[in-house]
Amino acid sequence: MSAVSIAATIEARPEALAQGALKAEAKKLSFYYGDFRALKDLDLVVHEQRVTALIGPSGCGKSTFLRCFNRMHDLYPGNRYHGEIRLYPDDTNLLASNVDPIEVRMRLSMVFQKPNPFPKSIFENVAYGLRVRGERSRRAVEDKVEAALRDAALWDEVKDRLQEPGFNLSGGQQQRLCIARALATDPEILLFDEPTSALDPIATANIEELIAELKKRVTILIVTHNMQQAARVSDYTAYMYLGEIIEFGRTDELFIKPRHKQTEDYITGRFG
Amino acid sequence: MAYAKDLSSIRALIASHKRWDMIFGLCGLLALMVGVLTFAALFVDMAVEGVPRLNADFFTNFPSRHPAQAGILSAWVGSCLVMVVTAFFAVPLGVAAGVYLEEYASKNWITDVIEINITNLAGVPSIVYGLLALGLFVYQFGFGQSILSAGLTLALLILPVVIVATREAIRSIPQGIREGAYALGGTQWQVCKDHIIPYSSAGILTGVIIGMARAIGETAPVITIGALTFIAFLPAAPLKAEPPFVSFDWVLSPFTVMPIQMFNWTSRPEAAFHQNAAAAGFVLVLMTLAMNGLAIYLRYRLRKNIKW
Amino acid sequence: MSAVMPGDHSAAPQSGAMSARLAYRRSRILREKLIELALLLAALVSVFTTAGIVYVLVKESVVFFQQVPLWDFLTDTQWTPLFDDAHFGIMVLLSGTLTSSAVALAIAIPLGTIIAIYLSEFAPFSIREVAKPFLELLGGVPTIVYGYFALLFVTPILQWFYPELPGFNLLSAGIVMGIMIIPYVASISEDAMRAVPMNLREGSYAMGATRYQTAVKVVVPAAFSGIASAYILGISRAVGETMILAVAAGMQPNLTVNPLEPAATITAFIVQVALGDLPHGSIGYQTIFAAGLTLMLFTLACNIAGHVLRKSFREAY
Repeated sequence: MSAVSIAATIEARPEALAQGALKAEAKKLSFYYGDFRALKDLDLVVHEQRVTALIGPSGCGKSTFLRCFNRMHDLYPGNRYHGEIRLYPDDTNLLASNVDPIEVRMRLSMVFQKPNPFPKSIFENVAYGLRVRGERSRRAVEDKVEAALRDAALWDEVKDRLQEPGFNLSGGQQQRLCIARALATDPEILLFDEPTSALDPIATANIEELIAELKKRVTILIVTHNMQQAARVSDYTAYMYLGEIIEFGRTDELFIKPRHKQTEDYITGRFG
Repeated sequence: MAYAKDLSSIRALIASHKRWDMIFGLCGLLALMVGVLTFAALFVDMAVEGVPRLNADFFTNFPSRHPAQAGILSAWVGSCLVMVVTAFFAVPLGVAAGVYLEEYASKNWITDVIEINITNLAGVPSIVYGLLALGLFVYQFGFGQSILSAGLTLALLILPVVIVATREAIRSIPQGIREGAYALGGTQWQVCKDHIIPYSSAGILTGVIIGMARAIGETAPVITIGALTFIAFLPAAPLKAEPPFVSFDWVLSPFTVMPIQMFNWTSRPEAAFHQNAAAAGFVLVLMTLAMNGLAIYLRYRLRKNIKW
Repeated sequence: MSAVMPGDHSAAPQSGAMSARLAYRRSRILREKLIELALLLAALVSVFTTAGIVYVLVKESVVFFQQVPLWDFLTDTQWTPLFDDAHFGIMVLLSGTLTSSAVALAIAIPLGTIIAIYLSEFAPFSIREVAKPFLELLGGVPTIVYGYFALLFVTPILQWFYPELPGFNLLSAGIVMGIMIIPYVASISEDAMRAVPMNLREGSYAMGATRYQTAVKVVVPAAFSGIASAYILGISRAVGETMILAVAAGMQPNLTVNPLEPAATITAFIVQVALGDLPHGSIGYQTIFAAGLTLMLFTLACNIAGHVLRKSFREAY
């Protein structure tokens, strides 16, 4: 994976967008699995309506970092957060002990590496988040489900079989179903945890196209082990290694002219 | 602020959901309490009624028409002898079957039939085993209403338990150990005899203990065979003073077992016999608790220190 | 794992040592085959057992049905097989079996499911580590002890609430039987729920759901066929239970669906006859086999249904 082909990818991108307002900010974030310090004093800004990518070799902590945003680590015992993740515009610290993780998860949505549709119909899968939020009006639910499926570029394929089980879809379709499910609740940030690593290349391309569309309306934070994907899709990229952010910047700058040797080594494939 | 209104209504919603969460958690604990309280009530009831009756006489007397003199001698001796026969058949057959299914059997229809049968037999009511024994062992084979028939029946009853325990114990042996043994030139049986069976022995033992605990408490199949409820004698002793020094007459002797003795006393209207029943029940519960507890402890130890 | 057979028998062995080695190998192969055969026979014991059960039940039932028409057996409303004017309506015994099982399952299924959900989704590790062995102990108490408990502890308590309750009744036996079955339902359901991948649960939590919502809306539906098979096995266990009913429900055949009455179940009837004198070959003797056959067919149907459900469940994951 040479710097040249990355450069070609960057060249092929549309005009880079101006810097957006801040949507979220990690401040001196550290995370401990028991005694093991997995994340070390991370500082990161997430711009509104832009795609921010986290890249780095296996085990560098990018998924761990992502899962701090929606407090997924609270589900398992023995984990500790230090530092803050501030969400704007209300400047709430998502990691504060007096902030309810359930509330955080209602504001942010996540799409997982392995598609995980519920054992329900396609319709009910997308409607799940709405029902959890107490949405009772049938009309409202139907409208939002259709809108979400359209946004996930799945509506045309499933509009005639909304009552079929979600399991019946192909891998790529299941992942788009999970994206629709995540979109239906109008999240403030959409978190993607390696969303295409379990999918074939065509499904991957579909989802990358989708992400490029979605960012016009929603802030996206994506973890990917595929550098080309980050180069294709993101506006900002953070390179992580062993629990630290080595470099952060606009994607075109980071990939063409990385400031740190480590970043350059990773990008040019000398390790990782 | 645009978010304030949404946030506060979201918070109210979450609060009500969390209330349901808490209510269900409470229901779960209450449901568990039903089991705990029942067990406690049962145990305490047996103890309070039965322990006063437990003295040396109780264990060394035969049953009698007078409750104060009635004891469980024939019952617990009968239980022990039946257990010996049960273990004698169940352990070798169960372990052999388990070894065959895990190490030798290939995926063909015969293996499927065997596995279906084992699963099915685990769900057959125990009284049907009694009917099998009555028709087959007692009459067809002519073993009569004897310890041998009872032991065979209970062995068949607990066979699925022993087989499943053996299979699970064998499955937990890493493939690397097998391959190492084969690579040294061992035959299949040598590998089983020297490695597979010894390494899975703890797991097998756990299964055997659980099976025996079940067999001790089984009443229905043994009644059906025709174990008598009023036995005032002991089967012939296994050891004799003269050659050949060992006698197997006891195997074909009529007998009774602890659960049947308890059943007999419970069925009498006099309250004094109920006290005897409680005493016998207390002994039974202690025995099964001890055996099940031992098996659970063994399993716990196994899970903690796997010496691979 | 079979040894390679020596290739060319026609070539003369080079020395005594060689022929000795070949002979040893052949005898070793023979020994291995015999051992494998012995192990196979041990495994086939289970098949022989089933065959034996079928043989015994069918053989005696055939004789029975030569004397008692099947139609009478299924439709007669009295069960008095040992009287001079004998009636053989299995319905009477079935009513006792089904009524007591209904009471038992009304307790075991809700409580067992709640406990399973609680242990799988809610309980902290420490509670689960204690509760699971405890449930095993609860299920390991001999049924005769439960029978004593039902007759001499539960019935008096029920009579305190409802003084007209007869000393023998299906309710108290059914309640105790239900509590005895809880461990079966709970442990199989819990296993089914634990097998649901964490990935699915995370998807639900990430949407802001609570533990209760995730458990009820995602985990239970995902584990449904495993849970259903737990219920079916509970039914099979309730129908096949003998001693609790023999002791606490009385052995008086009684066509009823009222749990407040005494009644005999199929299993209790078999015990009752076995306690008496059973001349081999008499109609009384054959009756218990016909009753046993009915019982066996019912539990067989339940076991097959449970097995099919569990297999279909495993295929989904």
